[in-house]
Amino acid sequence: MHREDFPMLKDDLIYFDNGATSFKPKCVIDKIREYYQTYSANAHRGDYDISYKVDMEYENTRDLVKEFINASKKEEIIFTSGTTEGLNLIASGFFQNIIEKGDEIILTKSEHASNVLPWFRLAKNIGAVIKYIELDQYHHVTLENLKKIITPKTKIIALAQITNVIGDVRPIKEICAFAHQNNIFVVVDGAQSVPHIKVDVQDLDCDFLCFSAHKMCGPTGVGVLYGKKELLEAIEPTNLGGGMNESFDNEYSVLLKALPTRLEAGTPNIAGVIGMGEAIKYLNNIGMDNIAKYEQELRDYLIEKLEKISYVDIINIKSNSGIVAFNIDNIFSQDVAFYLNKYNICLRAGSHCAKILKNETGVKNTCRVSLYFYNTYEEIDKLVDLLKDKEKIIAEMF
Amino acid sequence: MDKEIKREIIMENYLHPYHKEETKDSGYIKVNSNNESCIDNIDLYIKIENDKIEDIKFAGEACAISTASTSIMIKELIGKTPTEALKYICEFEQMVDEKKYDESILGESLAFDDIFKQKNRKHCATLPYKGLKKVLEQYSQK
Repeated sequence: MHREDFPMLKDDLIYFDNGATSFKPKCVIDKIREYYQTYSANAHRGDYDISYKVDMEYENTRDLVKEFINASKKEEIIFTSGTTEGLNLIASGFFQNIIEKGDEIILTKSEHASNVLPWFRLAKNIGAVIKYIELDQYHHVTLENLKKIITPKTKIIALAQITNVIGDVRPIKEICAFAHQNNIFVVVDGAQSVPHIKVDVQDLDCDFLCFSAHKMCGPTGVGVLYGKKELLEAIEPTNLGGGMNESFDNEYSVLLKALPTRLEAGTPNIAGVIGMGEAIKYLNNIGMDNIAKYEQELRDYLIEKLEKISYVDIINIKSNSGIVAFNIDNIFSQDVAFYLNKYNICLRAGSHCAKILKNETGVKNTCRVSLYFYNTYEEIDKLVDLLKDKEKIIAEMF
Repeated sequence: MDKEIKREIIMENYLHPYHKEETKDSGYIKVNSNNESCIDNIDLYIKIENDKIEDIKFAGEACAISTASTSIMIKELIGKTPTEALKYICEFEQMVDEKKYDESILGESLAFDDIFKQKNRKHCATLPYKGLKKVLEQYSQK
């Protein structure tokens, strides 16, 4: 779908690494270029026309994000550098001040490093305890398994809505309902879900959600932290500086601005934020439900074909997102990736930053295909054709 | 070296790597070799006695090029003094970086003499040498 919108797809390149980052449509690239070429001023300085335009465009993105994830208030949308910064800010700016020694933080072993390491640090600093939800036979999260490990000490559940290797869509709405009955906060890593499925934060009722623009047709280096207003109010800003303070005097008294500006110190990634707004408009035009449906069909097609190859071992056979992780018997995943690269096919080999997942799947490294709406059935046919002949893989892997 | 022979050497060392086994023997120094940009990760076990590399073993997960390069390195360097081994490593690195090198001492490692043509494979070939070099340099400074 919509391949003609992407300059990167002009050549004969087959790109299956959308979980790492996505290509950008021309409208997003043009929007960023337009900022740099026609109104390249700073934000929050409306004294002259081009700066006023910056503010309009910058804040317009906030409106677009609010609508996109159906937040109830504009000030619940904080611009960050990406999912990683958002998750770190939540862990060290919010929970650092309210978690106590012995409290429990619930994760899974399939989380990306960005949703593991900030919690490890918090646990270490406070003396809190990390616990993992046992995954089912398909490496999925179930509410039943979550319920098994909850105790009165549990304070945080931090989960990806879709994980980046297993690709399972977690029952976040049910988890939030259960968690809130038990006074537990729910933090959602939306890096792999927001670009691919309709996410409605009010319907989910999650406390926090983070995601990155570059995985959803937007630019790199920009993302969003969503939080319920009363929780964001309690965040201690990790960055202090320009733009976020109301006033300060020489006796250390500092008055901070209201949300969301309070959490956006310094000159923000203006071009990035504006580009992200354009990416959201672009995705809205296609329709998130159309994207999700198409990717699901594409995945089913790929699984059906891969299943027919006896030496292909699919790690996540039952997931309902566009992510497929697999290995070829007795061939190192990176050699498979090098082989496919010779045919202009980009896919990722490795642990994909989910370094404790091996304890669940027993497999350390995999080849990962992560699809987006611009991938095609023909591309999948080409991939499968190249994987059908194991002798050819071995002959051409270096 | 003929292209087919190179391929055979790499394939043989990949499929039947030399001394691929862990050891808990306290006479060995253990060092990890990994690359930031790829997923290869191997442990080397090195035994140096009387100013001679008595033995090297390795364990871990790595691609075909890294595995073959490690296997060849081990075959070539057992029996050499640390100084000779460092000289070997230096010449190997020169070769991979497309610089002037002494091909007379590199033996089977010459199978990688055109690895520079695949830029993303260079670090695979040099991977095992990173760990070994660290150990040999520390030894030489003693």
